[in-house]
Amino acid sequence: MRAWFFTEDAYPQLPDPETYPSIRVNLPNKHFDPETGADNYHQFLDMWLMAEELGLEVMLNEHHQTATCVVPAVPIMAGILARQTKTARILVLGNPLANLPRPTRTAEEMAMVDVISRGRLECGFVRGVPYESAPANVMPYRGTERMWEAHDLILKAWTTHDGPFNFEGRWFHARQVNIWPRPWQQPHPPVWVTVGSAGTAVPVAEHDYVGAVFLAGYPGIRRIFDGYRDGYQARHNADAPLDKLAYCALVYVADDEAEAKKGGNEVLWYMTSNKVATEYINPPGYHPPAVAAQIAGGGNLARSLPSQTTLDEQMARGNVFCGTPDQVYEQIKAFYDYSGGFGNLLIMGQAGHLTFEQTRRSMTLFANEVYPRLKELTAGYDAGAMKETRAALPDKEGIDLGTFGLEFAR
Amino acid sequence: MSISTEKVRTIELQGVPVDVVFKGAGPQLFLLHGGGGPVASMPFADSLSEQFEIIAPVHPGFAGSAIPDHFDDLQDLIYLYLDLMDTLDLQDAVMMGFSMGGWTAAELAVLSTARISRLILVDAVGVKVGGRDDRDIVDVFATPEEELTKLMWHDPGKAPNPSQMTDEQRQIMQSNRVALGLYTWQPYMHNPKLPRRLHRIDVPALVLWGESDGLVTPDYGRAYAGMIPNAAFAVIPAAGHAPQVEQPEVFVQHVLSFVNDTSEGSPS
Repeated sequence: MRAWFFTEDAYPQLPDPETYPSIRVNLPNKHFDPETGADNYHQFLDMWLMAEELGLEVMLNEHHQTATCVVPAVPIMAGILARQTKTARILVLGNPLANLPRPTRTAEEMAMVDVISRGRLECGFVRGVPYESAPANVMPYRGTERMWEAHDLILKAWTTHDGPFNFEGRWFHARQVNIWPRPWQQPHPPVWVTVGSAGTAVPVAEHDYVGAVFLAGYPGIRRIFDGYRDGYQARHNADAPLDKLAYCALVYVADDEAEAKKGGNEVLWYMTSNKVATEYINPPGYHPPAVAAQIAGGGNLARSLPSQTTLDEQMARGNVFCGTPDQVYEQIKAFYDYSGGFGNLLIMGQAGHLTFEQTRRSMTLFANEVYPRLKELTAGYDAGAMKETRAALPDKEGIDLGTFGLEFAR
Repeated sequence: MSISTEKVRTIELQGVPVDVVFKGAGPQLFLLHGGGGPVASMPFADSLSEQFEIIAPVHPGFAGSAIPDHFDDLQDLIYLYLDLMDTLDLQDAVMMGFSMGGWTAAELAVLSTARISRLILVDAVGVKVGGRDDRDIVDVFATPEEELTKLMWHDPGKAPNPSQMTDEQRQIMQSNRVALGLYTWQPYMHNPKLPRRLHRIDVPALVLWGESDGLVTPDYGRAYAGMIPNAAFAVIPAAGHAPQVEQPEVFVQHVLSFVNDTSEGSPS
């Protein structure tokens, strides 16, 4: 198991949520105080360096026009960490390709991070979340196709070393492409793609990329990972390697249960703060019509979830692992067995108002007392034994996914 | 009053099955609906079908039809309809378009008026009249539903109510929204080149506007009409973005007096 420390770099110093309709897209940036913002950035960078010292890998991402993540340009953060870290792998998850205008620019940025870090980049590509079609001014319809076309151009730019080529696709056009620098890792940095359904997992498996699932929990994980495994088997005629699957959850580890609960509730800010106006959740063509109708129709389901969720509910769903080191290990192992196994745990280890000290204590306990057992667990992975373990665990019933997770489907 | 029955023919063009509603008899009225979906079954169309043969295609992507794989924007719809007008051999048709259908009609008229005798634009989009910082047309994809209803309707009580729809109707409404997005996303609801091309329209034109349209205002409509040679402009009181729905009788009167006015020059 490889564990990756992740924080979204939120700006949590916000007014009462009752005073604004949406934390994303249209929350006026007068609420962003640059001095507080600078302190925040430095603290987050320190957290990543702390995570590296603890032996964890680091993960970062990008969002736009939102207080939930004030990194609108992930290459900048990745560039800083490429210089300041020494050993950790740097996972960018990811570059929102469907919403970015020039894939060759992304190819250049990521190649540069790879070279500065001397080959420590893991490069993620994502479609982008629904709320960001307005900030990007990109029609979300066919976003997945757009993402894959941008991917094709980036891969070609990374791997073409004998002079320029032109690219005239449906969405992206580039001429005389010949990027400097080229990546350190050959033929190119490992690629990750986020997946939210069995269908979207298939092309990722076929490319032999890492498929990363965010917060699908017990209700969704089997379907998605099985989609990946089936796609992998069909294309490569082999079992999907464990390290090609990743799961992202909120994690808080503490010395006792009371402290754990306190910290867990702070990390849960990632969900409870996510108050988004329906029109931004449901831009035309992002969701299939049936899902869009569910969001738009009547009850505003998407608005009531997940911003009103509880720690207990999210722990039951498998979206939060929280407790003492023993408890957290058992929770992750249970989810690991149920899911059929994964080799990467993406840890949202900080969110909201969780302090540096709280984060350090939690990640220290994780690194010292949970991580070694997880490494042992995956080292003993056997595909055949896992199939038996899984078969003994029937599909969890009584958990209705509903519209929960739409917010996070990538 | 007898209501003409509708016939729907599916016509294959460019590999795309296009549903076309035919209704009534008389001179041809080529009807292009807006982002809300087909309008040929509404009371105003019943009235007009007593004097016209209404020919109303359903834009691909609307009313449950598929968006063709090769469609990217409004240009694809425009060229589909050029083919449709040839295939149906339209002669001296009155071409009438609502909202984004009005934009489509204006673009078609710019390309050729060979098959049309008159043009009617109703609360149409398609041009930019203000500066780069002016939001000429409300951003319908970023406006809360309740606010949108207030902007679009003089009497919001007449707006379709999703909570009274079936699941299937709600899904079609969402599919319509996707198609609207495809046709109008960027530049948003307009073609920057259109104002410099509208001079090509050499048939009498009428620009009709709901006086209470808050989505795209009567001032916008007046400016739009000013860009078209030989165009009249009229507002319909107590109506919003869909005057044909809120004031069907007044709307039909405007259409008939425009079409029946054979005097030379600008109709009034």
